[in-house]
Amino acid sequence: MNRRTLLKRTLALSAVSVAASAGLLTPGQVLAAYPKAAFEAKDTAAALTAALGTGGFEHSDGIEIKAPDIAENGSVVPVTVEVSSALSNVESISILAESNGTPLVATFNLSGSEAFISTRIKMGKTGDVVAVVKSGGKLYGNKKEVKVTIGGCGG
Amino acid sequence: MANSIKLRAKASKGVVTVKALINHPMETGLRKDQKTGKLIPAHHIQEVMAKSGDKTVLDAVWGGAISTNPYLSFMYSGAKGDSLTLSWVDNQGNSDSETASVA
Repeated sequence: MNRRTLLKRTLALSAVSVAASAGLLTPGQVLAAYPKAAFEAKDTAAALTAALGTGGFEHSDGIEIKAPDIAENGSVVPVTVEVSSALSNVESISILAESNGTPLVATFNLSGSEAFISTRIKMGKTGDVVAVVKSGGKLYGNKKEVKVTIGGCGG
Repeated sequence: MANSIKLRAKASKGVVTVKALINHPMETGLRKDQKTGKLIPAHHIQEVMAKSGDKTVLDAVWGGAISTNPYLSFMYSGAKGDSLTLSWVDNQGNSDSETASVA
């Protein structure tokens, strides 16, 4: 390799890295809004405080959690949360697995969608699956126990 | 990370049901590599966004406790023929999006 091609390549490389760092700005800005503290919180109340502002919630039977009574494989636990029309103006649905080291699994902000979420979560051991719904500035929640025979966190 | 999303959306009586499967390892950062004994670094989706046209219908923040190769289903009011875009961003800055038309 002579000096000229080396120079050319260095220039090309630096152009690529500049483009990459410029491209990286967008996900960086998105990540700034990510509630990291909420996902690192060690108990349900702390996670809810960090994610939604308050730690406590009112029990509501209008929130239905569909999950298996016994999950054979804790790394794939299907969970469906459906909120009845008794609770209107549902702003967000959060799913927590109380027995996990960091209970918060996910928060879904429903800007325009129906109060229904279905997904699959990981559970380390037997415990309650908690669904917390934010409606009109207040928190409502319900629980369902899921027995886990093989844990899904850790190897 | 192209084509990591499988997206289906179906309209019935004014409500669109969306079902999506995303290919992603969803590492929590707590698991150990069985050969080296070292922790596998966290690599999971942090943000999921669904848009119908320009309108955001769902925006979610996820932790590592969502299962590997996540499944997500939700509903919103819409009609047949709408375009629906689902996108995600993970903690390592990767992202992907997929657009489907509502059937």
